[in-house]
Amino acid sequence: MSELKGSGQQTADAPTPEDAFHETATLDSREQTHAPGAAPDGPVLAADGTPLKRSLARALRMQKIRALALIAPLLIFVLLTFIAPIASMLFRSVENEIVSDTLPETVVVLNDWDSAGGAPLPESLFEAFYVDLFLAQEQKLHTRLGTRLNYEQTGMSSLFRKSGRQVGKFDTDKYTDQFTALDASWEDPASWVAMMDNKSNRTALPFTARSWDRWVAYLNTEGDDPAKEDIEDFLFTTLYLDLAKTGGKGASDARITAAGSAVGDFETVSLAEQFADAEKDWADPEIWRVIQTFSPKFTSGYYLNAIDMQKTPDGIEKRPENQQIYLMLFKRTMFMSLVITFSCIMLGYPVAWILANLPSRTANLLMILVLLPFWTSLLVRTSAWKVMLQQQGVINDTLVWLGLVADDARLVMINNQFGTIVAMTHILLPFMILPLYSVMQTIPPTYLRAAKSLGATNWTAFWRVYFPQSVPGIGAGSVLVFILAIGYYITPEIVGGNTGTFISNRIAFHISSSLNWGLGAALGTILLAVVMLLYWVYDKIVGIDNVKLG
Amino acid sequence: MAALTPISRKPVSFYVPVVAAAGGIAGLFVGTAQGSGLLGIVIGAALLAVLAFAMTQMTDNEKPMRWGLMALFVLAGGLLAGPGGLILGLGFGWFFGWFTYWLYEGRYRAKLVPYLTPMQVLWHYTFRIICGAILVFLITPILVVMPLSFNAQDFFTFTPEMLRFDPAGYSLKHYRDFFTNDDWQQALRNSVMIAPVATLLSVSFGTLAAIGLSAEHVPFRRAIMAVLISPMIVPLIISAAGMYFFYSRIGLQGTYFGVVLAHAALGIPFVIITVTATLVGFDRSLTRASANMGADPVTTFFKVQMPLILPGVISGGLFAFITSFDEVVVVLFVGSAGQKTLPWQMFTGLREQISPTILAVATILVVISIGLLTTVELLRRRSERLRGMSPS
Repeated sequence: MSELKGSGQQTADAPTPEDAFHETATLDSREQTHAPGAAPDGPVLAADGTPLKRSLARALRMQKIRALALIAPLLIFVLLTFIAPIASMLFRSVENEIVSDTLPETVVVLNDWDSAGGAPLPESLFEAFYVDLFLAQEQKLHTRLGTRLNYEQTGMSSLFRKSGRQVGKFDTDKYTDQFTALDASWEDPASWVAMMDNKSNRTALPFTARSWDRWVAYLNTEGDDPAKEDIEDFLFTTLYLDLAKTGGKGASDARITAAGSAVGDFETVSLAEQFADAEKDWADPEIWRVIQTFSPKFTSGYYLNAIDMQKTPDGIEKRPENQQIYLMLFKRTMFMSLVITFSCIMLGYPVAWILANLPSRTANLLMILVLLPFWTSLLVRTSAWKVMLQQQGVINDTLVWLGLVADDARLVMINNQFGTIVAMTHILLPFMILPLYSVMQTIPPTYLRAAKSLGATNWTAFWRVYFPQSVPGIGAGSVLVFILAIGYYITPEIVGGNTGTFISNRIAFHISSSLNWGLGAALGTILLAVVMLLYWVYDKIVGIDNVKLG
Repeated sequence: MAALTPISRKPVSFYVPVVAAAGGIAGLFVGTAQGSGLLGIVIGAALLAVLAFAMTQMTDNEKPMRWGLMALFVLAGGLLAGPGGLILGLGFGWFFGWFTYWLYEGRYRAKLVPYLTPMQVLWHYTFRIICGAILVFLITPILVVMPLSFNAQDFFTFTPEMLRFDPAGYSLKHYRDFFTNDDWQQALRNSVMIAPVATLLSVSFGTLAAIGLSAEHVPFRRAIMAVLISPMIVPLIISAAGMYFFYSRIGLQGTYFGVVLAHAALGIPFVIITVTATLVGFDRSLTRASANMGADPVTTFFKVQMPLILPGVISGGLFAFITSFDEVVVVLFVGSAGQKTLPWQMFTGLREQISPTILAVATILVVISIGLLTTVELLRRRSERLRGMSPS
């Protein structure tokens, strides 16, 4: 069948509608008039009478649409199952809605609080926070918020957890008692539902109305009827605060106006003191400055965290020495990936050379030795390296048996950088050999002989003639190996121990164990950016269409 | 490289020391096994030097000498180390017989160009040995895993019984464990349920798209290609994290369907790459000819195009299958305990309770990969034949 060789080339040369299109264009410009089926002075016409040019353009457009229609299902599939998840991860690395969602009232007050100017903590802050925290602990959201803020300031988690337990026992029941003493109907939840339906009541009691709405929304998610649940202390507190401010003017409900004139004589409760009694940290402006710093809906905090910086109320600063690990991990990932890439070049080059220079029958046989590990499960190879490298493993046993190593001084080759580098070099070696091999196959061996016959030594002939021609293969292989190495997770996790892990292990840790998803996403995004840059480089060097498998 | 180089016998001062050196290395191993490595080196070197000299100088008849040497070594091996020693002796005997005459007759130059200097010849063979060592490095782990999976002990290393080729040192108990243990069987079932469906998804979408992509005028071809290949390039941990967030938001996390979708996405680049590669050589005039004879596009696709690109589609499918079958990171995040696959079970096994059953599973997986590799290789050749290229 060798006479058919290069039929692909013929295909490329075969006439396409596009060629005809260009031809028509030139024909048009020359105003060819002798075409069959055309009016003597008109444009060339197709069989159905439309001008050939337009008919061709339509055919071409149809072809494009057909191609796109074939691609569309897969493209949509990949966009939905793969690109959208990646995008959602990118979004998560800056998203910080939890603070403003859980503490909406507090965030509003904090925005007006001049923390840098050393202004005292306003009482209204604690009033807003009281409502927010009460509702949050009812919904069990306060611990999550505490965990989130704990990433920025240690101690936040326990502060929120403890305060959440105490916020229901604050002395604000004094307001409840005083209102019910004034008018027993205040205790009736149904009357509240009716009261809050009225627009003028709502305008007269803005804070109460907002808190009521959140309370009702919460009850609805629980499936409870707001008209039947007891009115909690915090609603009486907001009622008192509203009335103390506005006196209930404009309310259509007489009960409100009556209470409005009475509240002046009420015994009051300072929520600032209540909070300070519960947890004295609440009196510390630093705590509030942290919450203020992280109150916006989006934050760069996770990214700063990912590069060992932190966002403090006083601006961006470095993390304490003992908490700086991410830059070190990034550097280590880079360094180890480089070492692995380099080892792959060193080991892959001779093998690719010999594969490209042996007779094809032998080369095919040896190629199986390269492809077999490539096809073998990653976990099989990793477990094999665990078997080989561990202290009671095959290599150590052999060395001890040969007397090269004492039995009590077995080499530590696993759970460190060495283990990761050896195992990953082995795993990624085929990815280096295959591109190198395909480039080396195209280098004519006669060049080397020509160089030698011109008087070059072996080394000069190799270095000046052969090597430069194999550089594209090295480039392609290196970028591929580096891209794959930099994001490796399984192998470092199993053979890496503490010193041989990569940044990806840290990402996995944050997503599955520490649940600091934002930080995990930020680290992932940085890693992704590096990989994408390399992907772009790879595309420039090799072209994605030219990736070959096996 | 088939230059015929005249070969000639080499002087005693060349081959006897070289054979002695090789004997010394072999002696190190034998000596260590018998108690003293140093003594082994000395005895081995001396013995081989004498043998090599005697064999070459006594008679010109090569065959009986080599057989005699082999018999001698087998006898010695049997006496020293029992049945294991017999095999080892046979190997050593064959090697030294061949090696002595290879050097003595100068055969090592037979296939090399005549003008090489001795140093270049030395480098030529050193280079081959280096390459051999690297290739051994590539497959050693697999070679080690296979015998260890038959270990009678629960160790991850060769026991003395195994090294003595004592049948008591071997057993199939790890395989028995794999086939009877519920955890492993459940994992196997999950893998078998997930991988084919994911493969089917990626192959059907991927083949269509690859055909679309290899049409002549596709707008944004490069960009589309970059998007479709990206699941192969993006680090798995990032894909896994993203899918975890996204799929749990839309309720797919921890479901069979979620894992299948994720695996299908990961398999797509392989299908795209192999099928577009096959389509490069596809003669487009065939479809035009078919249309000319009145076939509609669907008939053309199934009767003309599909049979020709089938090898590419199948090998793409095998790649997608092995991707899903081997995948552990994404399933770890997207799946829940109900979707525990074989690699997941191996991963937990390697990280937590180390059990040699893993090695039995590994061996089975290696056998499967050898099968897949053979299929892909045969398909590749067939496809190249179909496309009129000579298979390389």
